[in-house]
Amino acid sequence: MAKVLVVTSGKGGVGKTTSTAAIGAALAKTGKNVVVVDFDVGLRNLDIVMGAERRVVFDMINVIQGDAKLAQALIRDKRIETLSILPASQTRDKDALTSEGVAQVIAELREKFDWVICDSPAGIERGASLAMHHADVALIVTNPEVSSVRDSDRIIGLLDSKTERASKGERIEKHLLLTRYDPVRAARGDMLKTEDVLEILSIPLLGIIPESPEVLRASNLGTPVTLANPEAAPARAYMDAAKRLLGEQIPMTVPGEKTSLLGKLFGRRVA
Amino acid sequence: MSFFSFLSRKPTATIARDRLQILLAHERATFGGNADLVAVLQEEILAVIAKHVSVEREKVQVKLDRGDSFSTLEIGVEIPPGLAEKQAAAKKAALGA
Repeated sequence: MAKVLVVTSGKGGVGKTTSTAAIGAALAKTGKNVVVVDFDVGLRNLDIVMGAERRVVFDMINVIQGDAKLAQALIRDKRIETLSILPASQTRDKDALTSEGVAQVIAELREKFDWVICDSPAGIERGASLAMHHADVALIVTNPEVSSVRDSDRIIGLLDSKTERASKGERIEKHLLLTRYDPVRAARGDMLKTEDVLEILSIPLLGIIPESPEVLRASNLGTPVTLANPEAAPARAYMDAAKRLLGEQIPMTVPGEKTSLLGKLFGRRVA
Repeated sequence: MSFFSFLSRKPTATIARDRLQILLAHERATFGGNADLVAVLQEEILAVIAKHVSVEREKVQVKLDRGDSFSTLEIGVEIPPGLAEKQAAAKKAALGA
């Protein structure tokens, strides 16, 4: 049975696209057939984060309007053969994304893949509601910061009331992914702790991704962080989160960077 | 800011948590259950009115204002012009028959 997962947050810039790429690649590494779908019409970025920006020929709107077959629009990842990407249109009008069209594309993707991961645009407008509409599982990406937590709370409300599952009276499985977490600042009392965020949002925790320069390095390269440097702290955290999605029981930890003594002495970066 | 000011710096995370808890309790009440309640009320009120009068969807406004001690439900229905005259004429015709 294919699962449709939406990666959403309400707020922009919290790590939806990074997380979509990282978890998509992590799931594909375990042998699952995975497609990552960009829903951000006009501001597509999943292609560049995945390093596929020069291979985009057709996009989801071309498929919806019948200008291309789904197979023509799907881009197979060069590193992992079980991973594909369906890009969003960069030029078309957002209204070209019709709900019937999206329903049809998702139904077709369900037949081809084990996991359909929808990267939602920020906000609570049309694009975001279309991205979440068909989801079986939702990943709510949240930073330990007041505006992000507030927006996540709003998104959780929409997931419970406006999705296809909600309209059928079924439950949508929700998970929290806490990103850009800094255990040192949290321990010092200057950042919301994991427990604080969990208490406020009251949804189960899928993973804690530590703040790390590796995330920017990976996007510079156009490689999901789980492939760019699998030993890096955020990569291990994303890998664990992906395994938990598959039902594995993995103790919840915040992976730390492994730094040498020299690295500790000289490796301090300005930002 | 003095050199030793960092010693007296208070942790801010608890303030963030408390502010969020208060705000979200309010927002959940506004966007959560009540948003749906308003939608349901709007549909049902529209259905009742439509039984007797033909009104456009946008002409039925339902608004819920939540206060601390009480909340108010405001319903505005704009009836098409000339409806009262038509009804009066219909009544007359019925009486005359």
